[in-house]
Amino acid sequence: MKSLAELQAIKAKMKDKVILREGSGDIRVVVGMATCGIAAGARPVLNTLVEEVSAQSLTDKVTVSQTGCIGICQFEPVVEVFEAGKDKVTYVKMTPEKAKRVVEEHLKGGKIVNEFTLGGQNL
Amino acid sequence: MIRAQVLICGGTGCTSSGSRKIQDAFRTSIENNGLADEVKLVQTGCFGLCELGPVVIVYPDGTFYSRVTPEDVEEIVTEHLLKGRIVERLVYNDTGKDEKVVGNVALGDTAFYKSQNRVVLRNCGVINPESIDEYIAMDGYAALGKVLTEWTPEDVIKCVTDSGLRGRGGGGFPTGRKWALCAPNKAPQKYVVCNADEGDPGAFMDRSVLEGDPHCVIEAMAIAGYAIGATEGYVYVRAEYPIAVKRLQIAIDQAHEYGLLGKNIFDSGFDFDLHIRLGAGAFVCGEETALMTSIEGNRGEPRPRPPYPAVKGLYNSPTVENNVETFANIPQIILRGPEWFASMGTERSKGTKVFALGGKIKHTGLVEIPMGTTLRHIIEDIGGGIPNGKKFKAAQTGGPSGGCIPASLIDTEVDYDNLTAIGCMMGSGGLIVMDEDTCMVDMAKFFLEFTVDESCGKCTPCRVGTKRLLEMLDKITNGNGTLEDLDRLEELCLYIKQNSLCGLGQTAPNPVLATLKFFRDEYVAHVVDKKCPAGVCKNLVSYKIIADKCKGCTKCARNCPVSAIEGSVKNPHVIDQSKCIKCGACMSNCAFGAIIKE
Repeated sequence: MKSLAELQAIKAKMKDKVILREGSGDIRVVVGMATCGIAAGARPVLNTLVEEVSAQSLTDKVTVSQTGCIGICQFEPVVEVFEAGKDKVTYVKMTPEKAKRVVEEHLKGGKIVNEFTLGGQNL
Repeated sequence: MIRAQVLICGGTGCTSSGSRKIQDAFRTSIENNGLADEVKLVQTGCFGLCELGPVVIVYPDGTFYSRVTPEDVEEIVTEHLLKGRIVERLVYNDTGKDEKVVGNVALGDTAFYKSQNRVVLRNCGVINPESIDEYIAMDGYAALGKVLTEWTPEDVIKCVTDSGLRGRGGGGFPTGRKWALCAPNKAPQKYVVCNADEGDPGAFMDRSVLEGDPHCVIEAMAIAGYAIGATEGYVYVRAEYPIAVKRLQIAIDQAHEYGLLGKNIFDSGFDFDLHIRLGAGAFVCGEETALMTSIEGNRGEPRPRPPYPAVKGLYNSPTVENNVETFANIPQIILRGPEWFASMGTERSKGTKVFALGGKIKHTGLVEIPMGTTLRHIIEDIGGGIPNGKKFKAAQTGGPSGGCIPASLIDTEVDYDNLTAIGCMMGSGGLIVMDEDTCMVDMAKFFLEFTVDESCGKCTPCRVGTKRLLEMLDKITNGNGTLEDLDRLEELCLYIKQNSLCGLGQTAPNPVLATLKFFRDEYVAHVVDKKCPAGVCKNLVSYKIIADKCKGCTKCARNCPVSAIEGSVKNPHVIDQSKCIKCGACMSNCAFGAIIKE
């Protein structure tokens, strides 16, 4: 170890790997992973979210987690976004491609992707 | 891409309750469920809540599973990791409030962790102690880097002095002053020594730090080396701590590989190297001069001071010796500033203290709290109180060198000076809780037995004095004591304290003195009434059968291991006192409450 920069480089490289354990983050993204969710393809959605959040360097403020069935099985895979002081946003019938856009536009850009939300569907 | 991490405690407590098997089970189950690319398994150091081990935490949710068995693992994997459903029955979520909480409670909100302030233990249970990268991710070695590239040795000593940090091994000597005394002494070689010879019965703070965060001790020792001008260090650790020794060695090797130990660290021209020495199990080697003598390869015996180690220590060279917990505070003090550290604690005791809670308490384990927290808060709120509805009687601090705090002083704010003022001592941090079933004379005898065994024999007051003390206590607990014995006991205690060569002898009488001070009535009961109020001292206790209550079921007679109970069916039984060995088997087997102990 010859310089502080070297130390800093290791820290930056590792930070993503341990930050998961700090459970911080103002935004919680929760993926429904009950049988219905898994059957409808929630796992690729979950994995895409984790990868994209990390790729966009959002791990400091976004925690990606999973939950059980919330009862709207016909709309699975369901992804919910919780942010302090704001209403919960529920995205339905998610795919890995849609997940990428949610990360890009909502989690990073702060703009809800209305067309994927429960309210945006033609019920 | 990893989306979840399973942290499994690999401290000594959880290892002995089977955490290795759980780790294997998780590995297999995660593999079988095809989650190997998504879930990472991490072995960590001690979480502190040893009572509820083995402990498993699942992140990012932060779900805290306690008392996990290998059979539970499949359920955690398929339910929680696969489907996101928390396995309720295994979750620890005791918030200390009356209403039962369902589901996940953030670890920081549980009664056990809520009022803790983890500085020394900040990485224990959070990082993998065998990974230097994870330590660096948590700001590891940043303090060393800062000191070597930006600070002078005087800056370091000033920072440590200003923080108000005092030695955590028990003595409470200001750390900054210790370093300042050593720094100006000129010598071809100086040394930094870490005392990890944690010998108090019931204390395991240092073990947990070495097991859970070994790099922080290495970093702090290098910082100390820079401050005093030493290029070599020794960690003296008990051989009874195999996990700690193994992880410390791994950490030293990793630090060498990264150039954080060795030559020219951070290109500053500063060299530092570290060696491990194993202690062979002698309690006296926790005393600083005996410890150094032992490192030198000689028989572990103390030597008179002065000269102090700062002048003539290891190999007759100037030496700084600090305890593991003292060192573990250093990197944080450097990074966050002395004011931050001094903002915690009381006027003359700054920062936090780690205590090993043991004895008659619900949450046995490791807690770190700001100095000045009341004993009541530690025992009742964090420790969860006394089990089985029993009453709190006293707490022993400082192990065999300390004294007891009686129930009447439960609101004492725990810091160095308050404990000294009531005739106790902070000690290294063992806190043994005793309930009403504990006999204080017997307790004092227990610790005396320990010091008699552990006295190195070099000086007479300690070698002979402690033995005579023990004989007097034996006499009292056997019912042969007199009131004069109590006075003689006290006199001898004071004599040993004043005349012993080292800390072992000087503090050995403390348990007797403290119990004499706070529980004299119990001594008097043993001597005058020939009774042991707590019913512990066997020679002063007898079991009796109340004839009116006895139904003659014969159960006691059948359970008596020495056939001391006689009587026929449906007639009251009688205990033959000459045969009775006072094991209590009759009493615990009687269904009618007909047997009493007095």
